[in-house]
Amino acid sequence: MVAESIQAARTVAPPRVRPTLTTVPDAAPTVFDLTDVEVFYGSFRAVRGVTMAIHKNQITAFIGPSGCGKTTVLRAFNRMHDTTPGARVAGKLRYHGVDLYDPEVSAVEVRRRIGMVFQKPNPVPKSIYDNIAFGPRVNGVRERGKLDAIVETSLRSAALWDEVKDRLSASALGLSGGQQQRLCIARTIAVEPEVVLMDEPCSALDPIATARIEELMRELKSRFTIVIVTHNMQQAARVSDRTAFFSTELDSATERRTGTLVEYDATAKIFSNPGDQRTENYITGRFG
Amino acid sequence: MNVAELRAKPSWRSVKSHLMTGLMGLALLVVLAPLVSVLWSISSRGLGIVTSAFPAFFTAEIPQISRAAGPGMGPAIVGTLMVTLGATLVAVPLGVLGAIYLHEYGRAGKFARLVRFMATVMTGVPSIVMGLFVYVMWTLRFGYSAFGGSLALACLMLPIVIASTEQMLRLVPDHLREAAYALGTTKSRTILTVVLPAALPGIVSGSLLAVARAAGETAPLLFALGLGATAYNAHFFDGINTALSQQIFVNATSSFAGAQERAWGAALTLVVLAFSFSVVARVFVHARRR
Amino acid sequence: MIDAAALRGRRDRADRSFRGLAIGAAATVLLVLGLIAVTMTARARTVIGELGVSFFTSSRWSPADGLYGALPFVWGTLYTAVIALVIAVPVSLGVALFITEVAPRALKRWLIYAIDLLAVVPSVVFGLWGVLVLSTVLPRSFLAAGVVLAIMIIPIITSLAREVLETTPVADKEAALALGATRWEMIGASVIPHSKGGIVGAVMLGLGRAMGETIAAALVIGSATGQITLDALAPGNSMPAVIANSWGEADTLQRSALIALAVLLFAMTIVVNLIATTIVQRSMRRARGTV
Repeated sequence: MVAESIQAARTVAPPRVRPTLTTVPDAAPTVFDLTDVEVFYGSFRAVRGVTMAIHKNQITAFIGPSGCGKTTVLRAFNRMHDTTPGARVAGKLRYHGVDLYDPEVSAVEVRRRIGMVFQKPNPVPKSIYDNIAFGPRVNGVRERGKLDAIVETSLRSAALWDEVKDRLSASALGLSGGQQQRLCIARTIAVEPEVVLMDEPCSALDPIATARIEELMRELKSRFTIVIVTHNMQQAARVSDRTAFFSTELDSATERRTGTLVEYDATAKIFSNPGDQRTENYITGRFG
Repeated sequence: MNVAELRAKPSWRSVKSHLMTGLMGLALLVVLAPLVSVLWSISSRGLGIVTSAFPAFFTAEIPQISRAAGPGMGPAIVGTLMVTLGATLVAVPLGVLGAIYLHEYGRAGKFARLVRFMATVMTGVPSIVMGLFVYVMWTLRFGYSAFGGSLALACLMLPIVIASTEQMLRLVPDHLREAAYALGTTKSRTILTVVLPAALPGIVSGSLLAVARAAGETAPLLFALGLGATAYNAHFFDGINTALSQQIFVNATSSFAGAQERAWGAALTLVVLAFSFSVVARVFVHARRR
Repeated sequence: MIDAAALRGRRDRADRSFRGLAIGAAATVLLVLGLIAVTMTARARTVIGELGVSFFTSSRWSPADGLYGALPFVWGTLYTAVIALVIAVPVSLGVALFITEVAPRALKRWLIYAIDLLAVVPSVVFGLWGVLVLSTVLPRSFLAAGVVLAIMIIPIITSLAREVLETTPVADKEAALALGATRWEMIGASVIPHSKGGIVGAVMLGLGRAMGETIAAALVIGSATGQITLDALAPGNSMPAVIANSWGEADTLQRSALIALAVLLFAMTIVVNLIATTIVQRSMRRARGTV
């Protein structure tokens, strides 16, 4: 059903997507503050001109066509580009006022506070229990009792506890795709980060599993700040408070397409009354 | 929040990670040290005799008395080339044909799987066992000869050639084969005129690597070439012969400075020979990529 | 009008004989392995007939008395191989991890070249280096042989381990890193569990190679007969070394004894390699399956 409506949104005569949330608490404190952020792969500038603020305990959605750089920007938030040879972030990306790319800042410390859920569920080849306990363990939690408690509350928060409580020592690879993704969410929140980044977390899942994850996101919002990249406009409309629309433009110097932030506003505004023609074209399905 | 909170904590975790990274770097030094030492010894000690007696070192016969100082290694160089060439002529056609069977005919069949598995096992057969095997099968009947050495080296090369050739055949896209079949070409002609040419650079490079390995082998030659040859012997199938590797082995344990020097010179020659085979092999690989 | 004969074709025969040729070539592998087992066992029968089981159980090797006990050489082979592994395994894994996880891309290529270069240096050259250079700091002994053997198996283990480590999916590594793991914790959580099987296989292959490596060991082990000792600095002997070193002056019975040693060595390395190959193939298949 969901899949069909995605189709509809993408093709002919799309019904205007209506966001379910209409008000955004503007007073929420700022978590991330980006000024002219750019990301390079070697000499290729993949994204340019990203200036925005991400607010606490809100869900911010990044939407846009493929290649527009939304995932690239997301991965800049927890220094994930550090692992890609040749990748470089320019501009100012501040986290509670601290420049994340200050040479004194440690990527390990950053990632402990800013967790990430990936496009494809990626449990490590260990047991369900060990997957959840891995984060707390590397952060110094040793007592079995404490670990047990963390594993249980994390799995409960991810709405997975009832399904796996009898087989915690079984391999995580034996779970279904939807379960694996909820396990990855549980694993992420087990280290109690402040922010959870989600990179198209539902793209590999069926509609039912997708619905469960969306429900979960709405629950987790009260405890975490969530930034989600999604291909699915309905999903952005359903779950997010704010939406950023990214698109590509031709870089006249290099003749290559560079992603850029077109418009960023309350989700309700973006989907009902966008300020930019390109956003309007995209959300009404006229995007070429 | 300030920078201090996001700074790396001086915890055991980060210390450990850095320590382990340091140990990995140390492991690298442990590996490079002997490589550098070996290359340094053979070039510093080998170049002396090679240049002071140039080109006699490469052409003169080996002194009959190992105490004597001076060149040369001519017969051993010729012997190495002869033995290696002979091995190549035996092992490469057999290996390529065998790989053709494995990939084009046998595929995942029982027999092909068995051969593939045993070929992998065969790569692990000690070279000295191959040497004794050829001694028992060939030398006992037909006497010492360069050809016996070739047979022993061929046994060592065969599984390597099979494995590398099959890998190259796997890279040939199936649509090439189908295009040939669609024109009514028989399977054997398709293989010979379409598949093999497409895989050729890879096969050549794989075979050259096998040759590089074989050229340096010593143990299999000990029983096939006979001991004590110091003169040229152009007869491939007949009479005692010698090779660089064998000369290094014999002269290494000699207490005479002259013999030791010849061993270093022979080592330099052999290493240059083996390296150039593998460099040529690499050139072929790169040519393929382009 | 077409009849069956027209469709059968004249070229069938050429096709079939080419196929036969290819099968024959493939079968050479089995033929050689079979012949090694059969012909060499036949030659070894002389000494077994003379000495019986004591060939395998006795630790006395005294050609002058016609006594041939294989134990000291079996011991030397295993002992030097184990020393080689103790040195080579941590070093190889360290280098493989350095290449896959630490080195920048430009350096990586050069390191792979260097390791390949090490693999191309003939073993007799390492032997020569062992005799004339290494022996100035480390006298000929089990340990010296172990060190030289280690240098020779490091490229094998390193390049196999590197290939296995590289199959670790990026997603697995990012999973650990995104949880705030350090590089080492990421290696422990994602890379090692993923590659365990392949690494064990690579180590087994290294063991097989160390057991069979002849010339370098023959030159630096010290060639003492009959030593079964844990003293790593004592001169010793191993199966391939004694064959290479005493073949020249051996009489018929001793040659039969040396061939029997070779058969034993063949059997030992075959077993090690069978296990190694099985492990490697299984883990490679699994690695490909989950990617």
